[in-house]
Amino acid sequence: MKKRPSAGAILIVTLAAIYFLVPLFATLLFSLKARPAFQAYVNVLKDPGFTGSLLYSLVIAILTIAASMAIVVPTAYWVRLRYPRLRPVVEFITLLPFVIPPVVLVFGLIRAYSSPPLLLTSTSVGSDALLIGAYVVLALPYTYRAADVGMRAIDIATLTEAAQSMGAGSVRIIWQVILPNLRTALISGAFLTLAIVMGEYTIASFLVRPAFGPYLSLLGQNRAYEPAAVTLISFAITWLAMGVIGLVGRGSRTRIQITGTR
Amino acid sequence: MTVPAQALVQGGKVRPAPRRFLGLLGLAPFGLFALLFLLVPLSFLVIGSFQSETGAATLKNYSDLSQQFIIDAYSNSIEISVVTAIAGGLAGFLLAYALVFGRLSRWLGAAIVTFCGVASNFAGVPLALAFIFTIGHNGVVTNWLAQLFGFDLYGGSFSLYTKVGLEIVYFYFQLPLMLLIMAPALEGLKPDWREAAENLGASPSQYWRTVALPVLAPTILGTMILLFANSFGAQATAYQLTAGQINLVTLVISAQMRGNVLHNVGLGYALSMGMVAIMAVALLLYLLLQRRSERWLK
Repeated sequence: MKKRPSAGAILIVTLAAIYFLVPLFATLLFSLKARPAFQAYVNVLKDPGFTGSLLYSLVIAILTIAASMAIVVPTAYWVRLRYPRLRPVVEFITLLPFVIPPVVLVFGLIRAYSSPPLLLTSTSVGSDALLIGAYVVLALPYTYRAADVGMRAIDIATLTEAAQSMGAGSVRIIWQVILPNLRTALISGAFLTLAIVMGEYTIASFLVRPAFGPYLSLLGQNRAYEPAAVTLISFAITWLAMGVIGLVGRGSRTRIQITGTR
Repeated sequence: MTVPAQALVQGGKVRPAPRRFLGLLGLAPFGLFALLFLLVPLSFLVIGSFQSETGAATLKNYSDLSQQFIIDAYSNSIEISVVTAIAGGLAGFLLAYALVFGRLSRWLGAAIVTFCGVASNFAGVPLALAFIFTIGHNGVVTNWLAQLFGFDLYGGSFSLYTKVGLEIVYFYFQLPLMLLIMAPALEGLKPDWREAAENLGASPSQYWRTVALPVLAPTILGTMILLFANSFGAQATAYQLTAGQINLVTLVISAQMRGNVLHNVGLGYALSMGMVAIMAVALLLYLLLQRRSERWLK
């Protein structure tokens, strides 16, 4: 049989391409309508709100990734190696975020932490902490799965015994033996988290954080062409994050690239 | 002592007792985190939903859910989720089928999978804006249609800022999600099954009806439930598109929180519990179907 694409497949792919690419193309054209050419992009790059919110979300994303790793990796490790009986409990908890939509989660967080003794929403550091915690929750099903699947692929029991017989302690084993072997899984999890955080609106908005999502939302209500430029930049960031996942995950079973509701 | 690592000798001494303690300590960060960011907020919602504003026990918050606009909000949310789950699911299945069996070039196949990864994550505010720039009142395509064909997109009943418009937008992340899960499942169909069916004289359509689809059915159904949940919990896309004007559960909860419409915290709690209950049922069904699908695939 000759390896020619089937006509039906070409038709389906063409229809899908029209649906998926036209909005991006239209957004590009819209962003270029501003005169002189590229003025929308110039305005955006000059806007301290743009750079500020982008930077803020980037810092939050990095802190979220660090917190996720610190929580998820030791947990997946310990459950796999020492407490397999606790696995159902831990897995149940990592699935909870699926059941709690972001708007409900932030509602619960605000109600829980907006009055003494647990007053966090009154200071910006406290609100940032809530935001990072909420993002770790949003990413939890994916980061935990990434770490767990990654550990299934390597023989952590043998690695641990080998390291212990050479006198390494628990922290050192995780840091110098387990982590390097989980590189692919963890990089996937990290960039997926980056994509989630950079595009998130609901939680940041209700916690009144100066993040990228609320910035774009407000810009969309007030300006004509600049939001189109920022929309494309946002698409490029998502593309970049997914591109890295695709690159490190080539041929690997630990490639994870699906996230939840927005 | 089932795990050999626990009995390992360290520093010349066997130390089982402190190891066990250290082991539990290893789970402490996760436990503390889950407590602070999942269990505490969730228990505030649960307890609050049974309390009046003065803190007395009541079921009024739940009986308030029977108001017409709340019933409408739930049915709108469910309708949009069902419609986009089925439409996105079918279209995603077709695209996955074209990807796996359509003899596309490797380059195109890889491009489709990568794009779907991006599109399934490109939800929320920017997605809503992209569609406003395309087929909104002043969108590029809206203007083209008017200038080139004299066709007024908004001349009839169509509007991007309604349920139908929202469904068109949600389709953008629903279809890719379906493809990303279905493509590996289709690849998991063993060529032996098709060959065996052909040897027994089955036509391609008989093979699909009696072998492939029954094997795939739990995955298809399970993924559609995932799509349902994906759309049911969405807030940002709808909020940006309609400025909160469309009646959806997530937007009614938002309104209760912002306190600009009928500020009623108790109602917000009960609404949240309703969402959690529906999501929990969806997740349970998904897990059951996933267990079934693993019998044949993977």
